Amino acid sequence: MPLSSRHLLGLQGVPKEDIQLILDTASTFREVLERPIKRVPTLQGKTIVNLFYENSTRTRISFELAEKRLSADSINFAVSASSVSKGESFKDTIKNIEAMKVDMVVVRHSAAGTPLYLTNISDANIINAGDGIHEHPTQGLLDMYSIREKLRKIEGLKVCIVGDVAHSRVALSNIYGLKTMGADVSVCGPSTMIPRNIEDLGVKVIYNIDEAIQENDVLNVLRIQLERKAREYFPSIREYAKYFGITEERLEKNGKDILILHPGPINRGVEISSGVADGLHQIILKQVTNGVAIRMAVLYLLGTLN
Amino acid sequence: MKVILKNVSLFHPAQKIDEKGIDILLTDGVISKIGKIKAEEISGAKIFDLTNKHIVPGFFDMHVHLREPGREDEETVITGCNAAANGGFTGIACMPNTEPAIDSAEIVTFIKEKSKDHLVDVEVIGAATLDRKGEYISPMAELYEAGAVGFSDDGVAIKTAGILKRAFEYSKMYNVPIIEHCEDETLAGGAMNEGINSTMLGLPPIPSVAEELIVIRDIMLAEYTGGKIHIAHISTKKSVEMVREAKRKGIAVTSEVTPHHFTLIDDSLKSYDTNLKMNPPLRTRADIDEILLGLQDGTIDCISSDHAPHSAEEKEAEFEHAPNGITGLETQVGLALTELYHKKVITLEQLIEKMAINPRKILNLPVPSIEVGQIANFTILDLNEIFTFDISKSKSKSKNSPFDKRLLTGRAIGVINNCKLFYQDEFLIL
Repeated sequence: MPLSSRHLLGLQGVPKEDIQLILDTASTFREVLERPIKRVPTLQGKTIVNLFYENSTRTRISFELAEKRLSADSINFAVSASSVSKGESFKDTIKNIEAMKVDMVVVRHSAAGTPLYLTNISDANIINAGDGIHEHPTQGLLDMYSIREKLRKIEGLKVCIVGDVAHSRVALSNIYGLKTMGADVSVCGPSTMIPRNIEDLGVKVIYNIDEAIQENDVLNVLRIQLERKAREYFPSIREYAKYFGITEERLEKNGKDILILHPGPINRGVEISSGVADGLHQIILKQVTNGVAIRMAVLYLLGTLN
Repeated sequence: MKVILKNVSLFHPAQKIDEKGIDILLTDGVISKIGKIKAEEISGAKIFDLTNKHIVPGFFDMHVHLREPGREDEETVITGCNAAANGGFTGIACMPNTEPAIDSAEIVTFIKEKSKDHLVDVEVIGAATLDRKGEYISPMAELYEAGAVGFSDDGVAIKTAGILKRAFEYSKMYNVPIIEHCEDETLAGGAMNEGINSTMLGLPPIPSVAEELIVIRDIMLAEYTGGKIHIAHISTKKSVEMVREAKRKGIAVTSEVTPHHFTLIDDSLKSYDTNLKMNPPLRTRADIDEILLGLQDGTIDCISSDHAPHSAEEKEAEFEHAPNGITGLETQVGLALTELYHKKVITLEQLIEKMAINPRKILNLPVPSIEVGQIANFTILDLNEIFTFDISKSKSKSKNSPFDKRLLTGRAIGVINNCKLFYQDEFLIL
């Protein structure tokens, strides 16, 4: 059964069967990644452009590796954010790339909605690698994959997304995907970082981190982006760490097993204490490997659709 | 030349005229007879059969961006006037956010000069402060003398309460209104209305309270100083409620709404179509419901387009980076008739008050009267024509409208003013 859409723009509205198919396909590729020869010929002859309008190392490398493992030809196109508004317009850039006969475009952009816009001006399959504070669907998928790998299911689990929910594309993709898969989703963070009306998405809001730890099976801890505007939303890093940081004491006090995910890289001592971070090393590295498998699955399923 | 307008329905609420089957004779653009006219008695007259058409006082749009001087690639005084005539307007007021801003008498004169031979009257809103920066009040007396009929920092609210107070006090000498784009700048900067849709679309939000804070500030200062405040493009439920309350108290406040703010809601932004990006942003159903009440009960005095032409290159951008605003002169009458008159929100009488009479009253301009001896200043309406708006036929230099291909009921099919006639794409000098 193929995917129901020829693009992956976000996880909003993506049917359960599609998510299931991507996760199952990723399991197969996960196995490929354990082989001595990690390459399959599946996308041979396909050309994929990684169009990155925003700095990203990990996501870009993950996509690039996934493309190489599938034997696709990939081109990296990185544009510094400062040239977005001036010079060659976005549309012209896309038309130029299109003229090079590409099959798929993986796009990262600081402005929400850009991947959707791309589908109007290009015939290629479009994969959203993060658009502004909107969605980051492959991150959502790999988080779900990691949860399923560890806890054997998603349905019925209680998952809390912790941190700067308002300025996170990871949060929205997680909320949409997890809810579709039947998880019970909540968010926890300083109230200035929780978007107004988020409850309308069927999400519970928790302001107390201890309560979040007690109530949930999984915490997906977002990175506090210290370099960005995030600092305007809480008084000090000390205060954030004190009231929302995941520490050993907090976890011990609670006593039960809880799965902690983090998209990395961790701000040690801010959202997660150094001690907890050390313990998390394995799962975070696993998330990275799973990320390659998920991206292989998405590229494969979209690339063989036509 | 002589023109006979045959068999019209004549409607002018301010003059209590409501008659059917009337003929009007125009001689060189002046009304020379109203009643039954035998065509054969008038030799050489050009006859327009206007059976089932209404003649009403010429419509006036008090919120138009002409882009000249500065962005003539987007609109000029002439192309903007052509769009206005095509949309059924005989008069417009142009806003001062040009480059340079309209903060000197020379620019007022420049615009007046450019438009002087046109069918459409162009009135000028001067900047309230120098370069619209909110630091020093503009030379309002000179601007007024050159012809400015109101003052506004347009695009932004007057920056501080201190400067606004002074602007009210100074403009009071000439009894002209301060027209405000109500938005608190510390809450501004987003791309759409704050709510569940902004969260879901990942677009930076503009809270409704950003508008409401300035509405109440302006009302309070208008009351305190005795100045006149006109709230431009009102868009939220609370703003309407506050204006209603202020009017009840007798404060000199008036307000306008744009067709897009009574027609569209923020759900439509799911397409990330930059032609739906404007400021104030599209709001919610609850806001529209209150706006409709405000139109009914007179809280909202006028319908204005906020016609804001932008080049295709600028609009063809990421949503967050695209400029705010849409064109509106040529869709306004159709949307008002479709969404307000035909849906029985307001009567034809109210519609004419809000599109022809009130805007002129607010700006202290004479309301055209339909009587023998007067220069004809009419809009000709077909209330029931069903048509599809086609942006490619627009007379504006810019095509940034979200209403392309929209089905509308009711249309302005002609205008007559300044001894010129424009009817169904035919132009005549009378």
